[in-house]
Amino acid sequence: MTTTLSILSAVLMIVGAFFFFTASIGMLRFPDFYTRMHAAGKGDTLGAFLMLSGMALYNLHAGFTLVAFLVSVKIMLIAFFIFIANPTACHAITKAALDAGVAPWTMKEGKK
Amino acid sequence: MEDFILGISIVMALLAMVVLYRVVYGPTVLDRIVGAGVIGTKTTILLCLMGLIYKRIDMFVDIALAYALLNFIATLAAAKFFRVRKSIMPGAKSFKDREMGR
Repeated sequence: MTTTLSILSAVLMIVGAFFFFTASIGMLRFPDFYTRMHAAGKGDTLGAFLMLSGMALYNLHAGFTLVAFLVSVKIMLIAFFIFIANPTACHAITKAALDAGVAPWTMKEGKK
Repeated sequence: MEDFILGISIVMALLAMVVLYRVVYGPTVLDRIVGAGVIGTKTTILLCLMGLIYKRIDMFVDIALAYALLNFIATLAAAKFFRVRKSIMPGAKSFKDREMGR
């Protein structure tokens, strides 16, 4: 039982770290602001959610007590908050960029 | 398992270094703000991982929650502040100019 929980949480953390990795590479390599927001808004949110889920599972591996369960609920509360707040912040800052006149990246003329 | 969590923490710190490039060299102000927000999310995760390493997750989880809230509010405030600035991109028209037909 304990080993199963540990392996499951380790798998969740590795998948979350993979999504964080893709988000960071996207932040580094995409050509303009809006495409970078696409990487930062989605990869970061899912990575944080998976990572915190893995941590909440790992917190229960020593034994199912009331204190450990409440701490796990609190970790999932952080995950829920990030899941709502991160896309909201992403939308707000993209709208601010559009209003401020940041030009979107388009393919150059005569270049396929 | 402790070594695994320590390794994941090191990976998170290295990825924060990668995003730090965008904060330092970002072409616009908004790029820097987004990079800071991404680093803030990574810091939230890193705080929880530190709690698991030190076996004091019940204390660190409150700090992580406060950090997530502050990160969200900072990004929203910066978005609201830079919306009315027209100096984000050189030569760009802000939405105030476009509304007035300038």
